[in-house]
Amino acid sequence: MATQQEGGGRLSAVLSPEEQAGQDRFNQIIAEDSRIEPRDWMPEAYRKTLTRQMSQHAHSEIIGMQPEANWITRAPSLKRKAILMAKVQDEAGHGLYLYSGTETLGTPRDELNDQLMTGKAKYSSIFNYPARSWADMGAIGWLVDGAAIANQVPLCRASYGPYGRAMVRICKEESFHQRQGFEILLELSNGTPAQKKMAQDAVNRFYAPSLMMFGPPDSDSPNSGQSTAWKIKRFSNDELRQRFVGMIVEQIKILGLTLPDPDLRFDAETGTWLHMDLDWVEFKAVIAGNGPCNAQRLQRRRDAHNEGAWVREAAAAYAAKMARKTEVA
Amino acid sequence: MTDTNGTWPLWEVFVRSSRGLSHVHAGSLHAPDAEMALKNARDLYTRRNEGISLWVVASTDIIASDPDAKGMYFESPQGKDYRHATYYTKSEGVKHL
Repeated sequence: MATQQEGGGRLSAVLSPEEQAGQDRFNQIIAEDSRIEPRDWMPEAYRKTLTRQMSQHAHSEIIGMQPEANWITRAPSLKRKAILMAKVQDEAGHGLYLYSGTETLGTPRDELNDQLMTGKAKYSSIFNYPARSWADMGAIGWLVDGAAIANQVPLCRASYGPYGRAMVRICKEESFHQRQGFEILLELSNGTPAQKKMAQDAVNRFYAPSLMMFGPPDSDSPNSGQSTAWKIKRFSNDELRQRFVGMIVEQIKILGLTLPDPDLRFDAETGTWLHMDLDWVEFKAVIAGNGPCNAQRLQRRRDAHNEGAWVREAAAAYAAKMARKTEVA
Repeated sequence: MTDTNGTWPLWEVFVRSSRGLSHVHAGSLHAPDAEMALKNARDLYTRRNEGISLWVVASTDIIASDPDAKGMYFESPQGKDYRHATYYTKSEGVKHL
């Protein structure tokens, strides 16, 4: 590739005629709001951006299994245990859909996996917060999955075909995740005073981190413009955050709990929700690896990978043995 | 390339009807090699603009589950209604949930 497209899709080097034709076709497909498919020509920066975004998304699903998996053995009933297991299984599945989508861009799965385990790749900051009580399973389902859904629904129309298709599958499956979380909180809120307090405490801790899941404010989001031009991103961070706040403001009333944001109000003049200032210094610190659970999450991932090595080796050995048998027969 | 009976091998044809959608199995055809299979697939399965992309795969390369084992093989999701949003009736009617 002779193109250097850092800092936006502008071409700073001369394209070969084939590349120019590819670029023109790419531009046309994007302009028509159609989809780019794996074998199409695409700018290197588009490929790179998508590889980063999709793999980070996949890593988030995989690391996201941990806070909830920790509660499977302590779930308060067999029903809740089964539901939680089904949810964690879904997160694993979502990670795999996204890794397979990312592979269509040319980076092998093992490489993506290494990037996660060596700490080179990022994942959603929210999973670096601890899940302290059973009510946290409710708050994670309702707020964290709720924010994820608000983010993901527009991604179903992302310009890259395999990403959009993975997101369609994922969104379909996510719908139960948010509801089960909401119902955990609803039951606790209608339970004993101690249970209600536990539910409120979980909401208090997950409210701000879930608002931060949409990323920094638009005024401080340098890559958003290019992603929007490429139609990977359909709405800005702040637009999605606004939409989410508008939904949970109503839902919290049904829960009989409160959002820990006394300043929260709808500003009729601007038509926006005014919420508390979010701690972006903390956000950046957590993304950079200094959150409460970063080290623990990565270590758990590496341990799981290493502890599973014998299974992969055994499967490969068995496949090789069967292949030899077939050859002989 | 011919199979043991001296006939052309079978190929499975997958058609992508438009950008953004998956390739979907359309049917199969006989052809002596992959290139001919692709051309025949175009002539046979996309005469009315049904597709913008085609895959052909040698039928022998497709590993299929056993149709008789259907019950057992796919029984795991049975009785796991909680994997569906409709199981959670208390959130019924809550907006955006």
